[in-house]
Amino acid sequence: MNMNVTSLLRWAFWTLLVLFLAWDFSRSPPIDLRQEPPLIAAGSGQVVSGGHCSAAGE
Amino acid sequence: MKRLPLAAALAAFFVLLVWSVSVRQAVLFLIGLGLGAALAGARFGFTTGWRQLVEQRDPRGVFGQLLLLALAAALAMPLLGAFPELHAALGPPSISLLLGAFVFGLCMQIADGCGSGTLYKAGLGVPLNMGILPLFALGSFLGSVHIDKWLALGQIKPVGLVEAWGPGGALGATLLALAAVGVAVRLWVGPGKPLWDRRWVWGAVVLAGLATLNLVIAGQPWGVVYGFGLWAAKGVQALGLFDAAGNAFWSQAGNAQRLGQSVLLDVTSITNIGLLGGALWVSARKPPDAKPLNATQWAIGLAAGFVMGYSSRLAFGCNVGAMFSGISTGSLHGWIWVPMAFAGTLIGLRVRRRFAF
Repeated sequence: MNMNVTSLLRWAFWTLLVLFLAWDFSRSPPIDLRQEPPLIAAGSGQVVSGGHCSAAGE
Repeated sequence: MKRLPLAAALAAFFVLLVWSVSVRQAVLFLIGLGLGAALAGARFGFTTGWRQLVEQRDPRGVFGQLLLLALAAALAMPLLGAFPELHAALGPPSISLLLGAFVFGLCMQIADGCGSGTLYKAGLGVPLNMGILPLFALGSFLGSVHIDKWLALGQIKPVGLVEAWGPGGALGATLLALAAVGVAVRLWVGPGKPLWDRRWVWGAVVLAGLATLNLVIAGQPWGVVYGFGLWAAKGVQALGLFDAAGNAFWSQAGNAQRLGQSVLLDVTSITNIGLLGGALWVSARKPPDAKPLNATQWAIGLAAGFVMGYSSRLAFGCNVGAMFSGISTGSLHGWIWVPMAFAGTLIGLRVRRRFAF
């Protein structure tokens, strides 16, 4: 594959990624900055509940 | 791409996260950047390390991975014991895990990249991996949709070594097991082969440090696959093709919440984005030299990427979520994942040779 096609694919990839993030951000409910999670979970005393690939269910 | 405009774009995204999302997510983005730069800069490929061991009896990649696991475990296990807020990467030992890990190990050799490998190579601009990424995401989503049916085939509760034996016991057992793997590898490759390579060693040290920061800040170990599945789920749902409320996995409270909010709030999504950016940063100085593929290789590679995404959900993670995070945080499922994925890799290498990748 020549460099021009690779370069085009790379631009397309990043454009699609940025468009996806912008689309998702625009359609999602506004983020409540007052409910910001602690900067450091360790020692915060708050239960953390992020999604992880190892999780089967709740 | 020049590094100055790239640095400006990454800095702007960091500021956007601080301003509009949260400081934690912005810091996790920086950690992702570091992970991507380390993976791409050191060419720290889990897939490549296994392939070099099998095909060339070159143990350096696997020894780099063993060092990574040992360092990460030595850092993570005491933290898990000290801070109840932190979670281990606990997946259930199950039929699903056995099948998923085997198929994942097979496909990752064909696709030439595991979860993190696909991400950093896509960030570097390798054409096949850029093509695989959306298919991996779709596969990961479909795997999550079906996961309850796979689990119904048989499972036991996740086993956490830190919980069971305490941090000291879990770490001792983990280091002993890693040393045993190292001895077995050393015996298999025979005398005279160098075990260590500077590139793999510095990659292991930096990755272990960054993954520990991820654990301390996010409260959960480094993961990749969940973010992919979430992205595809959002797309499929927006197209009206999927009703999350009727699905066992996506109707769970946490998953439903993440599906309904910006991906910028999701931990694995934000480190995935950072990882892509970090690899892009490296590629600005050192563009990848990807081998051109023919149409058959493209088709096989893309199909492998899709199946890899699906099987990563069945296996409760990829090389990062299951193997690295599982083993380093004391999850039994990580130790089951490795031999199954390695068995799959042995088949995958034959397929890889058959199609002349």
